[in-house]
Amino acid sequence: MKRFALPGFGLSTGFTVLYLGLLVLIPLSTVVVNTLNLSWPAFWAIASAPRAVASYRLTFGASLLAALINGVAGFLVAWVLVRYRFPGRRFVDALIDLPFALPTAVAGITLATLLGPRGWIGAPLAQAGIAAAFSPFGIVVALTFVGLPFVVRTVQPVLEDLAPELEEAAATLGATAGQTFRRVLLPHVLPAAITGLALAFARSIGEYGSVIFVAGNMPMRTEITPLLIVTKLEQFDYAGANALALVMLVVSFALLLAINGLQRWSAR
Amino acid sequence: MSGAVVSLATAAAGRRRDSRRDAGGPLVLLALAFVGVLVIAPLALVFVEAFRKGFAAIAEPDALAAIRLTLLTAAIVVPLNTLFGLAAGWALTRFDFRGKSVLLTLIDLPFAVSPVIAGLLFIQLFGTRGPLGAWLGERGLQVVFATPGIVLATLFVTFPFVARELIAFMETQGREQEEAATVLGASGWQTFVRVTLPNIKWGLLYGVILCNARAMGEFGAVSVVSGHVRGETNTMPLHVEVLYNEYQLSGAFAVASLLTLLALVTLAARHFIESRKGEPS
Repeated sequence: MKRFALPGFGLSTGFTVLYLGLLVLIPLSTVVVNTLNLSWPAFWAIASAPRAVASYRLTFGASLLAALINGVAGFLVAWVLVRYRFPGRRFVDALIDLPFALPTAVAGITLATLLGPRGWIGAPLAQAGIAAAFSPFGIVVALTFVGLPFVVRTVQPVLEDLAPELEEAAATLGATAGQTFRRVLLPHVLPAAITGLALAFARSIGEYGSVIFVAGNMPMRTEITPLLIVTKLEQFDYAGANALALVMLVVSFALLLAINGLQRWSAR
Repeated sequence: MSGAVVSLATAAAGRRRDSRRDAGGPLVLLALAFVGVLVIAPLALVFVEAFRKGFAAIAEPDALAAIRLTLLTAAIVVPLNTLFGLAAGWALTRFDFRGKSVLLTLIDLPFAVSPVIAGLLFIQLFGTRGPLGAWLGERGLQVVFATPGIVLATLFVTFPFVARELIAFMETQGREQEEAATVLGASGWQTFVRVTLPNIKWGLLYGVILCNARAMGEFGAVSVVSGHVRGETNTMPLHVEVLYNEYQLSGAFAVASLLTLLALVTLAARHFIESRKGEPS
């Protein structure tokens, strides 16, 4: 007896699970297994070392700040792309995905040059007394670049589906622009905006290539956690690298689950 | 992240309504200023720096070796992940079974893993200190700090791209056509080649292009497993880093401009495929 109308269930599911297991699940399990080999005090000593904690603070702090900037600016960009006509609109719309398609090393050297003391943006900032490159500022800029497509591309379709009549009705009923935004628009778009923000945040905390060129990479000050993992690997400190990787994986998976929940919420 | 592949389905859902207001307004200028500083300025800078001293750096032996290694890696990675994407697309959109949503989440896992950790995984599994790496080493096969490690790390990082795209695409199409073909006596293979493939060709193409862009551009994971042997285990992004760290800026940007062109071609292909998707195949 056949369970399904279509053939190929065993073959396609079997191959999917096998490939997933060999390429993703077995390799990922090594982090857990290798960390279990550490005693709890040893794990804690690595994971809570001052240099590690400083790197978490920078990684999560800069990622959060970048995600919030994208939450506001990405919303604005999506709004403008949906509601206004202007020359070059399609070009700008297409370019929003550039951070997603551009190799991170290219983004890294470009932003470092741009923000450097002689760069197009870094030079004027340097005159104003702001060190843009090799500082947490540069890290936030790089992570904002990386996260840009996420908020725009989650908010844009929701705005497209929103009938302008809704706002027009609010306006005829005497609502101010501010009220219309707060009471009509925001409740509609908020779930998508928060989902986009969470996606940008999740992407940012693991980001490596676009950050390391612009960060300066000073321990305790401008060293992100992924870089600290690489440093430990280069010193053949596998236990240390594993412990930090486990901390990051736990945070990332929690975020992945939260985002899945958010997407279900925003799809309602 | 499931949204990391900004899927064609969501993007194409938009750009229809024609209620847009006319140009102008401070909001438009503000948005354009943001995109201008953050995206357009970097894009312009790559080409300005690359043209400053010409493209001679691309023809140097180390650069050519990097280009060759990048092409080789993509040539292995993209077909394998495409095959996986087709299997996953068929399994997850044509059947209902227990554990399906778990499988969907697991496919997204590599999106949630830092590229650096992806590299760490394969160093651990295949490094000379690991049992598997030691066993392979005795048989003369070096994985880490060699091409196989680069391929594995890239496979991991680009693992979900085709699958994600196809699952979203095939879900919206439904199963009726394939079921009709099967009822009419087509074999599984005939159904797949004559009904499914023509229907999913644009989604498949976009997934493949995206996967290829990421495979050629991956930096973090590859950097950890490659060992940075010039002319041997340097891919294009790694070569960009080497040149940059040696203060050969115009050379670094020359190689970077090739990768930027690849990104632009990817964006253009997305645009083209989106406009074709609406048409009947």
